[in-house]
Amino acid sequence: MNTKPPLSPIKTIEFRDVSFHINVIPSRVIVSGISLEILHGETIVLLGRSGSGKTTLLRLMNGMLFPSEGKVLVQGRSTAAWDPIGLRRGMGYVIQDAGLFPHFTVAENVALIPTLENWDASRTAARIQEMLQLVGLDPREFAHRHPRELSGGQRQRVGVARALAADPPILLMDEPFGALDPVTRAELQREFSTLAHRLGKTIVLVTHDLREALLLASRIVLLEAGRIIASATPQEFLRLDHPEVRAFASSLAITPGAPA
Amino acid sequence: MTPQMTTWSFFADHRAEILGATLDHLALVVIAMTIAILIGVPLGMFIVQRPALRAIALGIASVFQTIPSLALFGFLIPIPFIGGIGKRTAIVALVLYALLPILRNTYVGLTGIDPAVLEAAEAMGMTRAQILFRVRFPLALAVILAGIRTATIITIGVATIAAAIGAGGLGTFIFRGVALVSDALILAGAIPAALLALLADFLLGLLERRLKVS
Repeated sequence: MNTKPPLSPIKTIEFRDVSFHINVIPSRVIVSGISLEILHGETIVLLGRSGSGKTTLLRLMNGMLFPSEGKVLVQGRSTAAWDPIGLRRGMGYVIQDAGLFPHFTVAENVALIPTLENWDASRTAARIQEMLQLVGLDPREFAHRHPRELSGGQRQRVGVARALAADPPILLMDEPFGALDPVTRAELQREFSTLAHRLGKTIVLVTHDLREALLLASRIVLLEAGRIIASATPQEFLRLDHPEVRAFASSLAITPGAPA
Repeated sequence: MTPQMTTWSFFADHRAEILGATLDHLALVVIAMTIAILIGVPLGMFIVQRPALRAIALGIASVFQTIPSLALFGFLIPIPFIGGIGKRTAIVALVLYALLPILRNTYVGLTGIDPAVLEAAEAMGMTRAQILFRVRFPLALAVILAGIRTATIITIGVATIAAAIGAGGLGTFIFRGVALVSDALILAGAIPAALLALLADFLLGLLERRLKVS
């Protein structure tokens, strides 16, 4: 459905030797020496243990954090030079537990950005229908419900619909399926894999689930203690000779067939 | 004649006076609450954005709460402009009492929101003002209203003491009753005040439940 040409020649997001540390004494380094190029249409999975700096990288992309050293470029422009609101409006954002607005209906949640961007009512209404169908929710049944009347999986579907509503070229996802039960998670991962191919967006997804990474990624970026230690396609990834790769691979082997 | 009979006949004989005092009382409460809400809610919104001021604002509001009401009325009398004898001084004191529950609940309501909701709002590109007015404020409304409800009930009670500085209201009967050792007079002030408090509690409770978002 999205056949826009690449907005910048190739690189949608670029990290140039980025470090981020928190200014406490002694200063705590969260990520360091990050250089990464994310190309238009790629699905990058940032894989790593808790505290490895994955979410920090995501927040450096949408200007919720700024690098202590180096630069993060989005569509060729440093995040520091972007208007943060404009930058973020161009990036859909999906988080664990969806973060839906509990006082809004499903339709109002999906319509968030179109409303803030002052779309006219008929265009917004059509978009709500389209987005809910896209994520497999019947608009007649779900549009007027509140988030509390949805299952975890349904909430996460609405979260994806909301993120895609204004058709942003980039989609950021922070453990989007992390809070779901294993069966629902596997279901949503499969569906999202299909959806991602159809959308043609640049997607950056954070997870600690290797199975999810292998299923969704066009490229897996493995983080350990704030550094990138590997960057490979899913096919190459399992053949890499690195202790952290083996640690992740063994987590997969111990529970065959289970997504966690 | 039984005491009940005297009380009833007193009520019957003085119903116009009692009604008048009740309306005076209500006017004191409504004026004080309106001012307290107009100060407390915006101030609560402001200290959410300015953590440095939070402790100071909540601290000052707490101090006023701890001053016994009769003493607070007494303190205010000599102060120029806001002090003196009469309704104006009473309203200032009532506002000071009502402020803490409103301020605190506004702050707690605005900050007690699911962090995932706020993170999503920020990351989706909502401005701070949009987050405050479209997300934080609607979600905090039930908690803010609970504070207003508490403050209203406190104010209805404290307003009876305002009669001591000549502000009128139902306290007039109570003070006169105490002086004359007349149960009927005391009850003529106390019963309507209690009924006002119960009614306010009920109505605001109803509104609060309607606004609650689970």
